[in-house]
Amino acid sequence: MADLRNDFVGIKSPNPFWLASAPPTDKEYNVVRAFKAGWGGVVWKTLGLDPHIVNVGGPRYGAIWGADRRLLGLNNIELITDRPLEVNLQEIKSVKRDWPDRAVVTSLMVPCEEPCWEEILRQVEDTGCDGVELNFGCPHGMSERGMGAAVGQVPEYIEMVTRWAKANTRMPVIVKLTPNITDVRYPARAAHAGGADAVSLINTISSIVSVDLDSFAPQPTIDGKGTHGGYCGPAVKPIALNMVAAIARDPETASLPISGIGGVTTWRDAAEFITLGAGNVQVCTAAMTYGFKIIDDLVEGLEQWMDNAGHADLDAIHGRAIPNVTEWQYLNLNYTTKARIDQDSCIKCGRCHIACEDTSHQAITNMVDGERRFEVIDEECVGCNLCVNVCPVESCITMEQIPSGDMDERTGKPVADEYGNWTMHPNNPMRDAAE
Amino acid sequence: MVDRYLEDGILDGRLDAGDYDGNFGDAHPPLDTHEALVAADRCYFCYDAPCVTACPTGIDIPKFIRQISTGNLDGSARTIFDQNILGGMCARVCPTETLCEQACVRETAEGKPVQIGLLQRHATDHAMSHGRQFYSRAAETGKSVAIIGAGPAGLACAHRLAMKGHAVVVYDAREKAGGLNEFGIATYKTVDDFAQHEVDYVTAIGGIEIITGKRLGDGLSIDGLSKAHDAVFVGIGLSGVNALGVDGEDDAAVANAVDFIAALRQASDLSTIPVGRRVMVIGGGMTAIDVATQAHLLGAQEVTIAYRRGREQMNASEVEQNQSTSKGVNIRHWMKPVEVTKTDSGSLLVKMEYTTLSGGKLAGTGKFQTFEVDQLFKAIGQTLEAGDALAGLTLEQGRIKVDESFRTSNPSVWAGGDCTTGGDDLTVTAVAQGRDAAESIHAALSA
Ligand SMILES: Cc1cc2nc3c(=O)[nH]c(=O)nc-3n(C[C@H](O)[C@H](O)[C@H](O)COP(=O)(O)OP(=O)(O)OC[C@H]3O[C@@H](n4cnc5c(N)ncnc54)[C@H](O)[C@@H]3O)c2cc1C
Ligand code: SF4
Repeated sequence: MADLRNDFVGIKSPNPFWLASAPPTDKEYNVVRAFKAGWGGVVWKTLGLDPHIVNVGGPRYGAIWGADRRLLGLNNIELITDRPLEVNLQEIKSVKRDWPDRAVVTSLMVPCEEPCWEEILRQVEDTGCDGVELNFGCPHGMSERGMGAAVGQVPEYIEMVTRWAKANTRMPVIVKLTPNITDVRYPARAAHAGGADAVSLINTISSIVSVDLDSFAPQPTIDGKGTHGGYCGPAVKPIALNMVAAIARDPETASLPISGIGGVTTWRDAAEFITLGAGNVQVCTAAMTYGFKIIDDLVEGLEQWMDNAGHADLDAIHGRAIPNVTEWQYLNLNYTTKARIDQDSCIKCGRCHIACEDTSHQAITNMVDGERRFEVIDEECVGCNLCVNVCPVESCITMEQIPSGDMDERTGKPVADEYGNWTMHPNNPMRDAAE
Repeated sequence: MVDRYLEDGILDGRLDAGDYDGNFGDAHPPLDTHEALVAADRCYFCYDAPCVTACPTGIDIPKFIRQISTGNLDGSARTIFDQNILGGMCARVCPTETLCEQACVRETAEGKPVQIGLLQRHATDHAMSHGRQFYSRAAETGKSVAIIGAGPAGLACAHRLAMKGHAVVVYDAREKAGGLNEFGIATYKTVDDFAQHEVDYVTAIGGIEIITGKRLGDGLSIDGLSKAHDAVFVGIGLSGVNALGVDGEDDAAVANAVDFIAALRQASDLSTIPVGRRVMVIGGGMTAIDVATQAHLLGAQEVTIAYRRGREQMNASEVEQNQSTSKGVNIRHWMKPVEVTKTDSGSLLVKMEYTTLSGGKLAGTGKFQTFEVDQLFKAIGQTLEAGDALAGLTLEQGRIKVDESFRTSNPSVWAGGDCTTGGDDLTVTAVAQGRDAAESIHAALSA
């Protein structure tokens, strides 16, 4: 069996699945249930200074759904913990005492004044928890008060607060980043410069999830009004993966450990984050959608895949995809593919045809010899993969590489066998003078 | 169990009074909102969708299902009614397993088609129960059209003509409009007097007068109507019944399936309909299945359908066959009646000869079996009662010959539905033909 034990900046957990700082980790009751279910660790719901904040008394969430009302994206306007600091500290202490093998990290958000951080770090250290996560991410409610994303959007503040935190605790410090910026490398570099042990990302994305068409108000609607919230769930995974990869590839932060967050729902998602450089992953929406039991599939699926592929432990997959992430300009423009439709598994829905016909390259038939039949027209197919993505049957349409030397029926030229990217392309006015 | 259940003879009240409602309740109960959304989510919104091609009325099925998913039930109903104003009845009675749902790509993919019929019912029920009317009449054209027969073909034709601004008068021999929707379709397919609600819904557009109790040939003639109106549409269905052609079929215990079904549909109290304990049905179509199933549901203990050919040749779809056998009806193949006699106790002895195919033709085998039953139903097909009234129209294979725009040999007379050649004797086909005939009539009147 593959070894899933995880050591993230010295914090050990039996598997790399932590619950992110969010409602699932709001109190001892939930966290104990999670640990009983098998979760490797938690990042406790963000603590603030007393008097504790208050949440709205109306709806906190809004969502978008896919077919069969599968939740794809969740939007929330909930704030940090709305329980007294002392209650949380007591519970963290008791959980860590009862579950010594699990990771317990405490998320923090206090005003940008060093004494505030000094004070709360001292109290958190007393709980015996494993580390702290600085919440520079929440885009709503707290940011208007100069905390959360308001810090995360200013690299200088990130560096400053991180430095204070490092100066005032011996615990590992993880800095949680907001995606509501233009280039995530700047906040990551700032955290690194401030001495952070790791970064975690992404926090939620600023969003208005929907508008009630009767009341003309954003949802969730509180007494006729709505506000932007933080967006998470499967829909944000691609954004998160890109940001994780950007930090992992940045020479300045390449050595900085990353806790990957954002739409992790299945073991595959987790594996993808890890291959792009995440040391572990944090999960929230999937647990909030299905309950803690999904940990079984996360753990067993990852183990099974690693066993089948011969990966002994997490180190064996960590960062493996990073070298394969590149800039567009370095992609091999001589690599040529064509779509192939397996007629035996084709159910003849025609979606590939209409997608290609209406919106792309007119490269799929709908009739052949008077019969409803969908075939790729190699003379037109640019190999774009749209048909694969819209086909409802898995593996019915695949992309086949045209071997070098073979004719590309579209261009009428044989596929070149050497690597050739945009920087070398004759159409590029700024191409490298290769000669 | 009441004593009468086990008694021979043709008796009413075979069941406990409370059993009838359950037996004749909605065969395919409507989807609730959640079920409809789940079912609608399964539609792939196919390009040039095979289901649309398979629907005789060509309803834009992916569009109406998408409208259900997006919460636009009114729009969904309108999409259906645009092509098929009797979409409510068709949703209940279409053999979808041989039409739209058979063509569904998810039938190909998973053997489980999208529930098109039930979704169609969901949308149309919504619109009809909320009194949504989507069509209004064009300006009066001053033209009038006579329609003979207020069945699906006549009603669809009337609605489309009314939309175009023509004045429509519909004559029907029966005392109620609706045709077989009212008198033929199995009770459990169209509960709660739906056929009459639908007639009201269709005629609510205005400009349609329905005159019942008026029979063509009985003071009404095609010639007379052609003179009084600008065009005539004939949609009289098939009101004759094929005879078995065997000795003894005149016995009072031998009945026409369609008459029995009509009586059943019109009964306000089903316990008053007499039925045998042992019932035999001769035939292999939808009518045979329906009469057998309903006789069984009325309390007939042993019901057997006997068909002269095999299972595959039966006109009733496999789903229909299974529905009746699952309720307890027995289906026997490859036998035909040769003689009916009566016993002293009043039972019928139905002598059947086993049949086989010989050189592609049906032949007797010389082997016989006799069944003792209380009641025998004939369900071997309906015929056009031509008579003198149709004398001016060319017939073909016993039905009215029409061209592709449903015009008969008389240029001012159109026809559609079961009474014409070329259809497949389904409600939905009758609707399609009535509608298309109306378009052709309109074109002719506008020329
Ligand atoms: C028992 C039974 C069950 C069926 N079940 C189904 C089913 O489940 N699904 C399905 O799709 N199809 C079913 N069908 C077939 C379907 O009912 C018919 O195809 C459809 O009703 C044909 O419509 P129509 O308008 O042509 O004729 P009809 O519905 O027969 O209407 C003809 C109308 O004309 C009137 N008429 C007849 N003669 C005259 C005259 N001389 N003068 C004036 N009026 C006249 C009649 O009273 C009647 O109202 C069934 C048929 C039967 C008999
Ligand atoms: S009218 Fe009948 S065949 Fe056409 S879509 Fe509706 S249920 Fe299917």
